[in-house]
Amino acid sequence: MSARASLIVASLVLGAALAVSPACAERLIVSVSNHRVTVTPNYSGEELVLFGSVEKDAQTPAGRNNYDLVVTVSGPRADMVTRRKERKFGIWINTDSRQFLKVPTYLALFSNRPFDAIASPEVQRRQQLGLNNVLLTQRVGPDFADVVPNDPFRSAFVRLRTQHGLYREEQSAVTFLTPTLFRTGIPLPGEVPIGTYDVEIKLFADGALVTRTETAFEIVKVGFEQFIANAAHNNGLAYGLVTAFMALMTGWMASIVFRKD
Amino acid sequence: MQLYLPIADIPVNVFLILAMGAAVGFVSGMFGIGGGFLMTPLLIFVGIAPAVAVASVASHIAASSFSGAISYWRRRSIDPILALVLLTGGTVGTALGVWTFTLLRSLGQLDLLIATSYVILLTTVGGLMFWEGLRALLRARRGGAATIRRPGSHGWIHGLPLKMRFKRSKIYLSVIPVVVIGLIIGFIGAVMGIGGGFILVPLMIYVLRVPTSTVVGTSMVLTLVTMIFATLLHAVTNHLVDAVLALILMIGGVTGAQFGARAGQKIRGEHLRLLLGLLVLAVGIRFAVELVIRPADLFTIRETGGGV
Repeated sequence: MSARASLIVASLVLGAALAVSPACAERLIVSVSNHRVTVTPNYSGEELVLFGSVEKDAQTPAGRNNYDLVVTVSGPRADMVTRRKERKFGIWINTDSRQFLKVPTYLALFSNRPFDAIASPEVQRRQQLGLNNVLLTQRVGPDFADVVPNDPFRSAFVRLRTQHGLYREEQSAVTFLTPTLFRTGIPLPGEVPIGTYDVEIKLFADGALVTRTETAFEIVKVGFEQFIANAAHNNGLAYGLVTAFMALMTGWMASIVFRKD
Repeated sequence: MQLYLPIADIPVNVFLILAMGAAVGFVSGMFGIGGGFLMTPLLIFVGIAPAVAVASVASHIAASSFSGAISYWRRRSIDPILALVLLTGGTVGTALGVWTFTLLRSLGQLDLLIATSYVILLTTVGGLMFWEGLRALLRARRGGAATIRRPGSHGWIHGLPLKMRFKRSKIYLSVIPVVVIGLIIGFIGAVMGIGGGFILVPLMIYVLRVPTSTVVGTSMVLTLVTMIFATLLHAVTNHLVDAVLALILMIGGVTGAQFGARAGQKIRGEHLRLLLGLLVLAVGIRFAVELVIRPADLFTIRETGGGV
């Protein structure tokens, strides 16, 4: 129990430095259980925990206790192409494609109850609540814009990412331990990309945004994994020679081991 | 047992990869082919990015064919002179292939071209081999000569100048068709990203009339050299060779290749050709079906870089 308490206290102290909303009546203080996820040979994904608390002050309207919370976790951004196959001359070939620009490779949205119950559709769209409302920039001809949520390319993109566990939306993942203390899990499957992850926490009350704060964590390769990745990128020729030599040695060893005279 | 691959950036089951390496290694040892056309689709199916799969498979094939080549060398079933002449053509062909690859990519629709050439090449080569193997088998069953070496029936190929004696294979042949075949294999290998063993073996048997005993070993030498170069090229240009993945594949691959090579020596030549024909044909049909049947998902996503 005391360990839990000290962890929460530590989170509060850490989060205090990150909280950004001096003008508002409420303040959010948050922290993730691990700010640096290390990838080692036996890494196969991890689940982080986000803790937080809603701090009230004198300006807070009396009796305001029904808070709603939306947590958005977005991974490193990359350009991606979604292609659609069509039947031409009897065979299925890629015909049409759309380019998505600098979209998150990992995207997770968690809330304590359905978005429709938290805010009006207008607020949901403005605050990018839910995978349907998150901005996914596409190159549309010469312009850069997002499209309607039911656009076939956009929905196929979101659906395929969701199938791989890289995009997710859970509308009951955030739990309030007390009216002001909350927690949520951030599941990271093994294939999530390496890089920096931004966590944005938005607090709503009575259908309107009250305050927001941000934190972050990173996924990094360490030790052996880092050594291999660095060698492959910085010393391509040496790395290739070593791999080729390794191939010859393995082949030679096998022929000795299995020699039958 | 799960292991995180440092370049592919995903965790994989070590035993699954080992088993895949062993299975493909067995096939490659038996028929003297690289097995890239089997391994790469398997790795992509497991969830490894296509570019990483192609790059890492090259070194796996190098290991398999080296271990196979050693055992064929001990049995004196490699013709070093023939291998050398083939390589001369192969090097030029690879350079031409890389140049063509770059040109085609700038024109677009490279994926479709690769897929259709896979289908055409695999079904044609596989079908022809299967048919020939079947005929040879029937001939042998009827009590006729099972050999495809008919000393009296030399084609125009054997009338070409610049003749050379390939002692180990016991053939007296012009250098020109050998260099041309090396060139074709090098070119196809570079454009389609495969070793080309499955095309080389039938070409050597049917066009050059090389006896089956030296075909497999000699084709392995060519595969070995090409794949070593491919590994180096991939490592230098794309940085996508996953050494950990390659090592697991190699360990499985060389073990499988040893047993495959032994099994290959036990099987009669025409049976071997029939089996290889069947395998190549099956893969070709699988690719064809993929093009013709409506895919389960019409949409695909591919990362095109950009980064953070």
